[in-house]
Amino acid sequence: MTARYLIPLLAGSTLLSSMPAFADTDDIVKRGAYLARAGDCVACHSSPQGKPFAGGLGIESPFGTIYSTNITPDKENGIGSYTEEQFAAALREGKRADGANLYPAMPYPSYANLTDEDVHALYAYFMQGVEPVASQPPKTSLGFPFNQRWGISAWNWLFADAEPFTPQASHDELTERGRYLVEGLGHCGSCHTPRGIAQQEKALGGDSEAYLAGANLNGWWAPSLRAGDGDGQGIESWDTQAIVDYLETGRNVHATVGGEMTSVIAHSTSYLSERDLMGIAQYLKSLPANPTSDDAASTEAREQSTDETAAHLTAAKNLSKGERLYIDNCAACHFNAGEGADRVFPQLDGNSLTNAENPAGLIHTMLAGARPPATSKIPAQLPMPGFSWRLSDEEIASLATFVRGAWSNDAGPVTAEQVAEVRDSLGDTPLSRAPDPNGSLNHEDGGQ
Amino acid sequence: MAKQQPRVDAVIVGLGWTGSIMGMELTDAGLNVLALERGADRSNADFAYPKAADELQYGIRHTMMQKPKQSAVTIRRNLDERALPQRKLGAFLPGDGVGGAGAHWTGVLIRPTPTDLQLKSFADQAFEPGVLQDDMQIQDFGVTWDELEPHFTFFENVCGQSGTTGNLRGETQEGGDPFEGPRSEPYPLPALQDTQNTEMFDKAARQLGYHPFPNPSANVSRAWTNPYGMQLGPCNYCGFCSRYGCVNYSKASPQTCILNALKQRSNFAYRTHANVTRVELAADGKTATGVTYIDENGEEVFQPADMVILASYALNNVRLMLNSGIGQMYDPVSRTGTVGRNYAYQIGGGIHMYFDDIEFNPFATAGATGRMFNDFSPGNFDSASHGFIGGAKMHSSQASGTPIKTPLPKDTPSWGQGYKDALQKYYGHHMKLSMTGSVMSYRTNMLDLDPTWKDPYGMPLLRMTFDWKENELKLSRFMRDRLREIADVLKPDHMEESFQLNGDHFKVTSYVSTHNVGGAVMGTDPSNSALNRYLQSWDVHNVFVPGGNAFPQNFQANPTDLIAALTYWSAKKIKEDYLKNPGPLMSRA
Repeated sequence: MTARYLIPLLAGSTLLSSMPAFADTDDIVKRGAYLARAGDCVACHSSPQGKPFAGGLGIESPFGTIYSTNITPDKENGIGSYTEEQFAAALREGKRADGANLYPAMPYPSYANLTDEDVHALYAYFMQGVEPVASQPPKTSLGFPFNQRWGISAWNWLFADAEPFTPQASHDELTERGRYLVEGLGHCGSCHTPRGIAQQEKALGGDSEAYLAGANLNGWWAPSLRAGDGDGQGIESWDTQAIVDYLETGRNVHATVGGEMTSVIAHSTSYLSERDLMGIAQYLKSLPANPTSDDAASTEAREQSTDETAAHLTAAKNLSKGERLYIDNCAACHFNAGEGADRVFPQLDGNSLTNAENPAGLIHTMLAGARPPATSKIPAQLPMPGFSWRLSDEEIASLATFVRGAWSNDAGPVTAEQVAEVRDSLGDTPLSRAPDPNGSLNHEDGGQ
Repeated sequence: MAKQQPRVDAVIVGLGWTGSIMGMELTDAGLNVLALERGADRSNADFAYPKAADELQYGIRHTMMQKPKQSAVTIRRNLDERALPQRKLGAFLPGDGVGGAGAHWTGVLIRPTPTDLQLKSFADQAFEPGVLQDDMQIQDFGVTWDELEPHFTFFENVCGQSGTTGNLRGETQEGGDPFEGPRSEPYPLPALQDTQNTEMFDKAARQLGYHPFPNPSANVSRAWTNPYGMQLGPCNYCGFCSRYGCVNYSKASPQTCILNALKQRSNFAYRTHANVTRVELAADGKTATGVTYIDENGEEVFQPADMVILASYALNNVRLMLNSGIGQMYDPVSRTGTVGRNYAYQIGGGIHMYFDDIEFNPFATAGATGRMFNDFSPGNFDSASHGFIGGAKMHSSQASGTPIKTPLPKDTPSWGQGYKDALQKYYGHHMKLSMTGSVMSYRTNMLDLDPTWKDPYGMPLLRMTFDWKENELKLSRFMRDRLREIADVLKPDHMEESFQLNGDHFKVTSYVSTHNVGGAVMGTDPSNSALNRYLQSWDVHNVFVPGGNAFPQNFQANPTDLIAALTYWSAKKIKEDYLKNPGPLMSRA
């Protein structure tokens, strides 16, 4: 922990804003647009081919599919008739204008921390800066008892915490700004905080060890974001600039984004100011890392393991099937030492997806490929090819088992059955189409 | 009545290197820009590992190249022959689709020398009258080293150029090319790793007193993020470069270096399978009103635009000008007209050496690995006493180790047991010494419209008239003798030569080079150039024609760096002056 986290918070009411106070309506709308980016509202409230904020995205939950609503200012189908007070209640308390409860797929327990000023700006944006769309998304119809919205009141009473944001004196101003964004609009905990028996996030703020401690998301591991000093694995080894780079561009010296986070970076964090991102980074670094398990390897032992794997692959003698497949399919970009290439190809040694307890995300990436987001700062998209056309379930299993145990990695083996299960769940995966023997290139339109 | 699209500020014909660069520059200036590409769309995903590494599909069947049935040229060697259309690509391989030749090039990214840009001035000073052929039509480019230097530097940063600096702001640097023009910045990245042939060539060349340096490369030696935020992965030396998209995203191309950044811009759009057949001119013939193209359904479409950038391949740029009536077609007899004048090419040659006991491991290489030396560039040696002008890049490059194109001794059967035995014996034991030579421009080496042959849309094909001239054959012989001296040092077990020598004629069937240049050359005199020094048509001021077509003659190396630098140079003038006050940027007087 460095000294800057200990600088006392300066007093003042504008501290939570990284921007000057706005008087002009245009500026308020712009600021609302920025905050809507920070909240990534568009991600859930738009369907893949639909208009922005017109809703209709089906969100899978353990209780059934919840369809997002139209939040454009259309009076019939959207939120055009909401007063600012009703809008605030929806954001912070999950209350619809008619008083019914919203499903907690809407992260109102996080948004509860929003300041009045920010709610006002968001309201101004949604009323004046968003195009009204007159379309009604599909109705959510969950089975009994989850279709009983009144039941959510009890859930809210137990788990939602509508307390406004209160600054912590132990953080400096920028770190506090980061905490406000992470715990609030960013709703990072929705994916990265483990959930309890009633699907509630186990913690909504950094005062609990469970907060952002890592969680399983439909088979993908959303890693711990507790980046403070620990045993140096995962994002603990990232400095604040590496966190900023990752959120701004989807890649840094260690990793490249994959899975659901790709969309978060494309639509939300890449639009945030570097100052806000630095605040987020500082806040994540202020959270002490998850406790290290007793049998975890020391840093020296990990480095030695990395060197041994690299030397073995370089010598290329007595290779296992997984090792041979790695050299033939992966080493060109990720290299024998599993270190990838600076900001371009991710490091596999110590990679959170590679080491996740549930290997589904890793298997998915190997089969279907991956493509980083094009952000304004780094528009480059160097896709990872998918190997489903090229490698069998057994081969993917051998390869995944190898990378999960190679270098300093320490994750369990993968079976062909696990690969088959992921393969069955894949839809069309353009990056893993087999070459066309008739000689035309394998173009997929719209891919950049 | 052709279908009509909404007007744009600028239309770009062709989306390869020059089209992509112009796209960035003109959208920077706030223009609403549309690019029309006659081939298919292509993105990095098309080249994803390992699909592009297929020699039969790409190396032999030319998947990334133009198809003669769509875009043949007719070829003859002199004014008396009847030109016939290409039925199969051979001597040169123009690219097709988004990225153009920039997607399938090798990736040798080298600057010309300051002398190359002012070759006519150099010739007037260094050669007595009467020494050079009297039908030679060499000219200065009309732009100087100092004017282009910032644009070379910028483009080299776009590409992540890898190499060793030889002249930094006038100071000679150890290990680089002492003959290079002064660079304002060092190479962005260090040179590629050496291969076996590189080390042997370096040693032999130094022993003979030459100054070898690493081939300047756009296959990047390290991960690179360029000024547009585009990225390249470090080269892994797979050897699939020339004729291929790069599986490792390590070769600079419009795809790796520009296109994602360009496509993000809301004032840029592009259409593929849009084959531009002509530029439409206003009634007075002095301005273009847009272009006509055939869309993917075969329909004719008019695209109105305030500016037209011809950014297709050099040969096609010339054809579009001729088919549109931009400028006057060149006539070699009366020596009038400028469009089609001064077509030039590149001359190559080499010594194939076989060593029984040396393993070259050609499967671990990159297109631009190797060493070259510039001791035989114009001005660096006395070519006047040998009766020729020009020079050659002398090099040993092991561009690829793909099996089908493995060099084998001449008497090897092309199939059967004999072929298999030879492949087994010689694969990995071959090293080449090469010269890549300049080609001057001449009265009868030229381009015009073929009077007989037409494309499927009824537009005349481009006719190429080209043959080797005495000057180049003398150059070739001189360079052969120098390479023989290197071979003598290296002492191969077996060697064979391949050079153009006295009595040889241009053969269109076997590969020579895709460095086709000239035909719509730049200059300061409208009587001998189709474009002014800003690549603007002298005759139709809102038409700009960046490309190899602008070279008044060819220099002794690879053209991409110069083509790109000229494009940035032209774009700068457009942004700074032309847009404020559209009209001719140089007066004809």
